[in-house]
Amino acid sequence: MAKQKFNIIKSTCIPVAIDNCNTDLIIPARYLASTTRDPKFFGDAFMHDLRFDADGKPIADFVMNKPEFSEAPREGVHEIIVGGQNWGSGSSREHAAWAIAGYGVRVVISSSFADIHRNNLLNCFVLPVIVTPAFQQELFDTIAKNPQAIVTVDVPNQTVTNETTGHSEKFEINGYKKHCLVNALDDIDYLLSVQDKTIAYEQARAVK
Amino acid sequence: MGKTLFEKIWDAHVVQVVPDGPTQLYIDRLYAHEVTSPQAFDTLRDKGIKVFRPEQVVAMPDHNTPSDQQEVINDPIGRKQVETLAKNCAEFGIKHFAMGTKDNGIIHVVGPEKALSLPGMTIVCGDSHTSTHGAVGALAMGIGTSEVAEVLASQCILQGKPKSMRINIEGELQKGVTAKDIALYIMAQMTTSGATGYVVEYAGSTIRNLSMEGRLTLSNLSIEMGSRAGIIAPDETTFEYLKGREYAPKGADWDKAVAYWKTLKTDDDAVFDKEVTYKAEDIKPRITYGTNPGAGIAIDETVPTLDGLSDAEKVQLTAQLDYMQFKPGQKLEDTPVDYCFLGACTNGRIEDFRAFASIVKGKKKSPNVVAWLVPGSWLVRKQIIDEGIDKILEEAGFELRLPSCSSCLAMNPDKVPAGKLSISTSNRNFVGRQGPGARTVLASPLVVAASAITGVITDPRKFM
Repeated sequence: MAKQKFNIIKSTCIPVAIDNCNTDLIIPARYLASTTRDPKFFGDAFMHDLRFDADGKPIADFVMNKPEFSEAPREGVHEIIVGGQNWGSGSSREHAAWAIAGYGVRVVISSSFADIHRNNLLNCFVLPVIVTPAFQQELFDTIAKNPQAIVTVDVPNQTVTNETTGHSEKFEINGYKKHCLVNALDDIDYLLSVQDKTIAYEQARAVK
Repeated sequence: MGKTLFEKIWDAHVVQVVPDGPTQLYIDRLYAHEVTSPQAFDTLRDKGIKVFRPEQVVAMPDHNTPSDQQEVINDPIGRKQVETLAKNCAEFGIKHFAMGTKDNGIIHVVGPEKALSLPGMTIVCGDSHTSTHGAVGALAMGIGTSEVAEVLASQCILQGKPKSMRINIEGELQKGVTAKDIALYIMAQMTTSGATGYVVEYAGSTIRNLSMEGRLTLSNLSIEMGSRAGIIAPDETTFEYLKGREYAPKGADWDKAVAYWKTLKTDDDAVFDKEVTYKAEDIKPRITYGTNPGAGIAIDETVPTLDGLSDAEKVQLTAQLDYMQFKPGQKLEDTPVDYCFLGACTNGRIEDFRAFASIVKGKKKSPNVVAWLVPGSWLVRKQIIDEGIDKILEEAGFELRLPSCSSCLAMNPDKVPAGKLSISTSNRNFVGRQGPGARTVLASPLVVAASAITGVITDPRKFM
C-alpha cells in the first residue's frame, strides 16, 4: 500500500459498531486468492458481505450504505472509522488492512485491536488509535446525533479529539513508528539498513 | 528473578532494541503459503533484492488445494496463486513442497511432523494459526504480508515485546474430553480478546499428560483468544515426538540439541504478568453456539439467555443467534446437522483420525449428512492407511479425502452452502467462514464423529 505521510487528520467518521469485527468480515476469504496489489480491488471488497447481498445489491440498513455514510472517503470526509472493540480479530490476512486502506480510510479508532491486524494497519499506513471504552462510546453517540461530526487525530502530538464535545485523549505510539508515519518510511527499509546488526547477531550465535 | 520460557526464547533472538521503538527479533524459520506471500515476493522484486536466508524458509500451498483431486485446480484465480508460489520459490531458491507430493500438507501440520519446527526457535508465517508450532516449545507468531516481506528480506521482524500469561490446567481429563475441548473451554472463560497482547504458556499436569497432537491442537487455538502466541515447555513427550523425524538433528547434534531444549522451561521464580488456573474435571465435551470461538457451551448445556445482559451485549448475542438460527435458552443437542468436517490445522492429525474412527467403527454414517474427512498432510494420510483406519472409515460409509485446508475456510471447493449447519473440527465459526451464509458449530473430532453417525449434534460419551 502507498506510503503516506501523517500529520493532522480532521475528518467525519464512519461508525462501524461491531465488536470482535474479525478480518473475515473485513474481507471475505474468496478475495484472498489474488496476486494483485491493486488498492481498488481490495477497497471494493471492504466489508463486502455486510455491504452487499448475494446478488450484489447494497444492503440498505448496513451503516456504510446509509446516505450519510456512503460517500467514499476523501480529505476531511470518512477518513476515520470508529470500530467496535477487538477490531480485526482472527485471521492474519493483511488483505483486511489493504481493504481498509484501499477504500480510502486513514485512521481506525477503537478501544482495542487484535495484535496482528494492528501491525498490519501500521504497515499499510493506516493508523490504529486506541482510546478508552468511554471515549469510544462518546464518539458513537456523537456521530449518531450528527453524522457530520468532526474528529481530529493529531499524530505529532498523539491526540485524538471529539470536536463536538471538545474531549480529547492521548494515544500511544512509539517514537520509532511515529517517525515512520510522519515521514512515510516503512519497516522493511529500516531492517535493510541495519543488516550489519543482523549479521553480527548470526555470527555471535554461531560461536556459542 | 527468573525468566519465563517465552522470555528465554525472546531474549535469545533479540538483535537490538530500536531506540524508542520495537525489538528487532531474529527469525529462525519462515513458513510461506500461497495466499499471503505473492505480494511479499513482489516487494522484493520491486526493491531488486534477494531472499536474505533462503535456507531458513519453507513454502507449501495449502489453502487453495482441493481435497477431492489434486490433478488440477479448476478455479483460475486459486490456480494462479498456487502456480505463483511455485514460481516464486524457484526464482528465489526456496524449498517448496508442491501440491500433490508426499511432502505437502497444511503448513501447521507439516512443520512439526517433519521437525522443521523445533524447541527454542522463533517461527513466523503469514497465517494466524502459526501459534500451533508453539506446542513444540517454539515462539511462533502469525504475521502479515508486509512482515513476510521483511523476513524474506532481512530474517527479522520488528515487534513490541508481548506480556506473559500462564494458563495452568490441573487434573485428569474426563471421558470424551480432548485438547479441543480444553481450548474451547478456555476461550469461553477468557473471551476472544482475553489474551490480546500476551504470549500464553500452557502448563499444569493436564498439559504435561497431553500427547504432542493434543498440544498442537491447543496451541493452534491460542490465537482465538487473541494471544500473540501459545507455548508449551518441551519435555520427553516433545523429544520422543521429534526424534528421528526428517529434519530433526541427528546423532551427536541430537544429544546437544536435547541438552539445550531441557533448559527451555520457566524458572521457578519467574513472574507472569497474568496467571490463571482451571480444573480439568470442570471441562466437558464442548460445542459453540455463536459466531466467535469464545461463544461456546458444554454439549449438554443450553444456549445463554439474554437475562442480565447489557443492551449492547443483547444486540451482539441476538445478532449471533439470528445468524446461527438458534434461540436463547435452546438445547443444541439433537439439532440436525448438514455437514461434518474432520480436519484443518486444528484437528487434521493422526490422533484426530484415530479418535474419529473409535466412534464410527462398526456404525454407519447418517444419510442426511455430507462428511469431509481431510488429513492435514500426506504423511497423516499415509499413517491413516498404514493403520487401517481408512478401512474402518470406508466400512462406516466415509470417504478419506486428500490433504488440504479444505472446509476450514471457503478458499477451495469444500464450501458449506448458505444456511446449512456444519459441525466442524476447524478453528473458526465466523460469519461466512465455511462459505457465504454457512453456519458453523465448532467441536472435537469425537463430537463430530458422533454427530456424523446420528445426523444430529450428539454427545460422544453415548458411544464410549
